[in-house]
Amino acid sequence: MAVRRTVYLDHSASTPTDPRVVEAMMPYFTEIYGNPSSSHSFGRKAERAIENARETIAEIFNCKPSEIVFTSGGSESDNLAIRGAVWNRHKDGKNGHLITTPTEHDAVSRTIEQLVEVMEFEQSILPVDHFGSVGVGDFEQAIRENTVIASLIYANNEVGTIQTLADLAKIAHKRGVLFHTDAVQAAGQLPLDVQELGVDMLSISAHKFYGPKGVGALYVRDGIDLLPSQSGGSHESGRRAGTHNTPFIVGMAKALQLAYVEPHNAHYQAMRDRLIGGVLNRVPNAKLTGHPEQRLPSHASFIFDGIESNLLLSHLDLKGIAASSGSACKTGNPEPSGVLLAMGYSEKEALSSLRLTVGRQTTPEEIDYAVDTLVEVIEKLAKLAVL
Amino acid sequence: MTNADIRVVVAMSGGVDSSVAAALLVEQGYEVVGMMMRLWSDETVGGRVSNRCCTPDQMADARRIADKLDIPFYVLDTKDVFREKIVDFFIDQHRQGVTPNPCMECNRHIRFDWLQGHALAMDADYLATGHYARIASDENGRFTLKKGVDEGKDQSYVLSVIGQEQLRHAMFPVGEHPKPEVRKIAERFGLPTASKKDSQDLCFLGDGDYRRFLTVYAPEVMAAGPIVRKTGEIIGEHQGLANYTIGQRKGLGIYAPEPLYVIGMNPYRNALVVGTVDELGATTLTAKRVNWVGGETPTDLFRAEVKIRYKANPVSAWVEPVGDDEFRVEFDEPMRDITPGQGAVVYDGDTCLGGGIIQRQN
Repeated sequence: MAVRRTVYLDHSASTPTDPRVVEAMMPYFTEIYGNPSSSHSFGRKAERAIENARETIAEIFNCKPSEIVFTSGGSESDNLAIRGAVWNRHKDGKNGHLITTPTEHDAVSRTIEQLVEVMEFEQSILPVDHFGSVGVGDFEQAIRENTVIASLIYANNEVGTIQTLADLAKIAHKRGVLFHTDAVQAAGQLPLDVQELGVDMLSISAHKFYGPKGVGALYVRDGIDLLPSQSGGSHESGRRAGTHNTPFIVGMAKALQLAYVEPHNAHYQAMRDRLIGGVLNRVPNAKLTGHPEQRLPSHASFIFDGIESNLLLSHLDLKGIAASSGSACKTGNPEPSGVLLAMGYSEKEALSSLRLTVGRQTTPEEIDYAVDTLVEVIEKLAKLAVL
Repeated sequence: MTNADIRVVVAMSGGVDSSVAAALLVEQGYEVVGMMMRLWSDETVGGRVSNRCCTPDQMADARRIADKLDIPFYVLDTKDVFREKIVDFFIDQHRQGVTPNPCMECNRHIRFDWLQGHALAMDADYLATGHYARIASDENGRFTLKKGVDEGKDQSYVLSVIGQEQLRHAMFPVGEHPKPEVRKIAERFGLPTASKKDSQDLCFLGDGDYRRFLTVYAPEVMAAGPIVRKTGEIIGEHQGLANYTIGQRKGLGIYAPEPLYVIGMNPYRNALVVGTVDELGATTLTAKRVNWVGGETPTDLFRAEVKIRYKANPVSAWVEPVGDDEFRVEFDEPMRDITPGQGAVVYDGDTCLGGGIIQRQN
């Protein structure tokens, strides 16, 4: 069979693990395998690695190491932040109110939905503008006497729009409301200084910044009480039970450090802009979704009116191009993207989206191949749709 | 050009036949792409997604098989076109007192129009399916549709709706093998479907019960009405026309001095017409919505064998084309169960010449 060219443009879904990260992780599988909670020398060596990793991450977050909680990834971090805060309130017999947006990752929105359904909490879902941004006024208005926590995404995964968090966080604090952000897409590209951002809690996931899958972290500002969403031993100061995954935690710290020591934003942005320019110039009726400037450097997202996402992704895959879409579904039962609907797009538009996200290894030739292919495939699919 | 340069899209259902079709093509070195259609499903059965041909299980099976064969696998959203062309048609035909053959319509509108169009747009050279039928071609580039080698499993009947353009880009890999051999091939490839049972009923009926389906979607065809003789004499009550088929004798719930059979339906009066064995059957029928596989209408009356149901035996008859979209059939012997809505499919030996939809018995 002919060797087909493959072009990976789905870095928002996951990134390859940096070989230097893999190298840093290796000793912790076979040499330094002790349980970090054990008091013997094997355990102490592993514990040292965990605490070094915590310090590395704390430095990048500009926080105390004790404010970092290790988790199994972005979803768990979001769950711990929201459930932990809400359950802590609930244990005093009080329910409360949560604020969120329609552009959150499912890890946030489904968690809140469940708290509303099962524990009778209330939620307000803020309106967003055509770029997916939340207005300060709307946020302020939504706050109630009994609001426990607000969770707003830092950079949206589907449309790449960056939310300015500092002003919102300030308002939240003035009214005694906890402020959490899902920074899973932002980590590795945007500043994570929690003092500057003003957030109380922040979630990250290692595999989005060239670290391994299955490990993440949650920043929790000192003084915030969380009930653990996963109970058990007293690991992580009682906030997250379970034996530490030493190699993965070491890998995450190494990956985050590399991402901020060797920033790639200029490269990402050059590739992204070449892609956006090519698509908007050459594909008829293509629309860019999300904010044109306030967006992740690596992130391009479009609507191709009338071209169903699933079908487009299949055709691109056969041409070797890996991409994704907010409405795609492996079972052929697409649902319009809720994010795009909330941004004011029609149902048909919300079924016709495509996300292309560039990475460190992306080359201008790959971008040109992707644009050429998109032009060709969309022309063909547009004809088929007419039939 | 080698097989590796030829892209074949295989319509996969998760079942044994289409899985073996894919496996055989992979073995022959083609560049194979697996594809499954997400069809419209009747969600009235306890609110479950229940199209049995593309349930999550079937889909997971097909995906697993594709993975095993190391081929790409995609699921296409076919719900809207399937609902319009097949399900609505099925309901509408029953309303007209006609018993349609949805599989024929699916081959006509879905597999060999919609899906084949999508396959070709994916730069495929062929669409392959798990049908038991064969394709032959001559030196002039003419294609003939032939019965599968396993005559008991032959599916050329439901494929009689396709023509030269469709055959040019079609493959039926399992048609060359008897069913037991297909199961053996499945075992040889370690396909998990090796011991699965054949699927029988219509795929969009969640529970296989078309009566329940029609009760929901076309309640009028499940409404009780009179059972009448040809004379108009009312001799009983039926439980909804869709419950009966032409030629049926049992389950009518009437008492008569001689055996009575269903000989017709009158949807306008919601009447089931019954008659004696002498009144049952006819020697001629008229078929419309005609397709001649060769692309040309035969110019004259000819001898052939005609099948009037998927599971019926072919029977000798005279076939007379009337224009391009109609033909008449005169059987040598009276036929008991000529049923409007079913296909009348014309054969010359093991070659399927074409067919049409039975309008009426004459």
